[in-house]
Amino acid sequence: MKTIRLMIVAVGGQGNLLAARVLGEAALVAGLPFRMSEIHGMAQRGGVVESAIVFGEAASSLIADGEADILLGFEPLETLRALGKCHPATAVVTNLAPLPPFFAAVGKVAYPDLFELQALLRSKTGSLLAFDAAELARKAGNVLAVNMVMLGALAATNLLPMSAEHIRETIRTKTGGRFVETNLTAFDHGFQQK
Amino acid sequence: MHKLLTDAPGSRMLLLGNEAIARGAVEAGVAVAAAYPGTPSSEISLNFFQLSRESDLSFEYSVNEKVSLEVAAAAAATGVRAMCVMKHVGMNVAADVLMTLAYVGVKGGLVILVADDPFMFSSQNEQDSRYYARLAGLPMLEPSGIEEAKEMTRQAFDLSEQLGEPVLLRTTTRINHSTAVITLGDIAPPPTRGGFERNPMCYVTVPAVSRQLHVRLLDNLARAEMLANGSALNFVSGSGRWGVVTSGVSYAYVTDAISDLGLTERVRVLRLGFSHPLPKDLVRLFLSGCDRALVVEEGEPVLEEAVKAAAQEGGLTLPIKGKGEAFFSRLSEYDPALVREKMATFFGVPGQGGRRGDQADLPSLPPRPPTLCAGCSHRATFHAVKKAAEALDAIYPTDIGCYTLGMLPPLSMADYLICMGSSTGTAAGFSRTLDRKVIAFCGDSTFFHSAMAGLVNAVFNNHNFTLVILDNGTTAMTGHQPHPGVDMEKLGLFGYGRIDIEEVVRALGVGHVAIIEPFKLRKSIETLKEAFTFTGVSVVISREICTLYGKSLKLPGRKPFMVSDRCRNHRECVDQLGCPAFFLSDNRVAIDPDRCTGCAVCAQVCPENAIVPAKTAAIQGGVK
Repeated sequence: MKTIRLMIVAVGGQGNLLAARVLGEAALVAGLPFRMSEIHGMAQRGGVVESAIVFGEAASSLIADGEADILLGFEPLETLRALGKCHPATAVVTNLAPLPPFFAAVGKVAYPDLFELQALLRSKTGSLLAFDAAELARKAGNVLAVNMVMLGALAATNLLPMSAEHIRETIRTKTGGRFVETNLTAFDHGFQQK
Repeated sequence: MHKLLTDAPGSRMLLLGNEAIARGAVEAGVAVAAAYPGTPSSEISLNFFQLSRESDLSFEYSVNEKVSLEVAAAAAATGVRAMCVMKHVGMNVAADVLMTLAYVGVKGGLVILVADDPFMFSSQNEQDSRYYARLAGLPMLEPSGIEEAKEMTRQAFDLSEQLGEPVLLRTTTRINHSTAVITLGDIAPPPTRGGFERNPMCYVTVPAVSRQLHVRLLDNLARAEMLANGSALNFVSGSGRWGVVTSGVSYAYVTDAISDLGLTERVRVLRLGFSHPLPKDLVRLFLSGCDRALVVEEGEPVLEEAVKAAAQEGGLTLPIKGKGEAFFSRLSEYDPALVREKMATFFGVPGQGGRRGDQADLPSLPPRPPTLCAGCSHRATFHAVKKAAEALDAIYPTDIGCYTLGMLPPLSMADYLICMGSSTGTAAGFSRTLDRKVIAFCGDSTFFHSAMAGLVNAVFNNHNFTLVILDNGTTAMTGHQPHPGVDMEKLGLFGYGRIDIEEVVRALGVGHVAIIEPFKLRKSIETLKEAFTFTGVSVVISREICTLYGKSLKLPGRKPFMVSDRCRNHRECVDQLGCPAFFLSDNRVAIDPDRCTGCAVCAQVCPENAIVPAKTAAIQGGVK
């Protein structure tokens, strides 16, 4: 199969690692070859969390600059910061609800303008799907389900080598008991963003 | 049941590298494991800790890496299988044990995992631990992927018993923190009781004994080289007259580069999984079939220098390159694109260039550094110390833990940091040569790990500084592991002792000891001021549980605070504390109720007393 490199970026606490884990478990069930890696050094202290999933026969689990085929961003500034991972044909899917870093939140530095941010992403990559995932998560019943909304939107792009049903099934079996229904609703809200 | 105890040989499971290593140890029948936590190795010991509660595995969080290796070494001396896990800098702490343990050897298999951190994702240096194998004269195995990490862990125990020596299993962050599908092997309960026969001429390292043991070690090293020459962990892939010698995670990047560059028929790769001692015969045989060779390894030119020496001894004159200006760097970690481009350059084939488009016009973006959590007790302590030391021109040696983040503005409370435990020793040095107040910081776990020794030294040598111990009741930075000061019964774990830091400090003869509750600012500042005026060694213990840990223990929380309309927009809360619960709304400071933990430190800093409990503010109708 063709190698597909998916990069997921988020702020600590947004559930990046769980989202990556869901994709990994779904790929395992689907019988796909893949490898994953993550950088989560200071995840609980507000830092950036990155995960990489390489579907296909590649031996590396790491994605070099300019080599992500899909960039999934849970936070707009972090999506823009990860632009270096993209090439001119990369498909970008991003949440538009900002979580400003501290110095931006208290007005010491400016947070990027969201329209300019989208224009930049659009001009440097192959496609951009951008929407307010926090709002959809809230609608699904839990503002923390942004990661599931994003997975839904990612599944709807048809760029993954497994079906949305595989991912849905994994959410059903691998995410915490009482959150399953909310997670599935959040996934479906995201799925309808295409 | 813990997933790593799943007894279903042949079934497949998605595992993190560190989980795969722990599973490999279980499959190998590890009976005793000991560790001090350290990223990127921490999940291995965390899994051992969990497994020990559901199986016969005896695991302990030791006070530091030196002790953990001593525990594991003696267990292995009794014939059971033992494992010791540490990050690369932990190896420095354990090195005293390692060097002579190599002389004494082991009976049961002993595997010492050492996790290097190229690029220093969460470390203070990027030292290359492969030198320890050379320094100690011990065999080293290096996995190139996650599946192999599990298998190699198992094989490392076998090799250790075969040679009667501990085996170093060396990983890098990208092995520890990568995830892949693993096929489970057999597990069976291992023997957990050992035996020991008195034999001082083998086990008591006085000079006369060690002279014999050094001979034994060199014999073992020669045997290890023979094994490495024939080991299936060292193999050749591909064909052609161009050679690559590599080990560890770099093998994955080399494999992808060969495929991407279409060099399958032209490049042969010697992958060294059993990398020390260097299998010189194998290396020379490989090189004799090559016109030129490139050594691909992150970190120092360890393999490169050994390969060049082996080639020279064998009279081989082919060009061999590795590190150097046009080739690989000793800095940072590698990635698939970098290895591909360097290989293209070396072999003189067209590279692919970066696939990234022109991104030169990107604006600079606001950084997102990790910060102390909202409601972190360290922020309160740092603020209190800063206020108490306002008139003092103090210098602040610090230590390793979450509180190292205190170096960032607006707190800016860190002036000097070397390694775990260095706060007390460096404070002593500063107090010898500076006419300034010296105020050192260390955490509770770090205190027990090694800062305590510096404090003993300071009392004996009559140094002059204040040590502030930031006691948040856990090893917070690496994920809330216990330490000797933790009340394990609160975690539902029985059969542990508990060492009280205050009692220790008093028993050491520290001249002035005080306790503060950092969320009570005024009282804390007074107490600190008093300690700072003491001549000699003074200690202030700042006690408040880690807010994240408290949440995970489901301790009763406090109600969040809000900014009321008494606010005059001085923003001292933001400028002095920098708590991440603050944000601006309509150009006024507001507090995110979902992040605020109700520590009330900002309420005590606000000159207008405008920050009030959320409920009170709502009643007054002054909610911003």
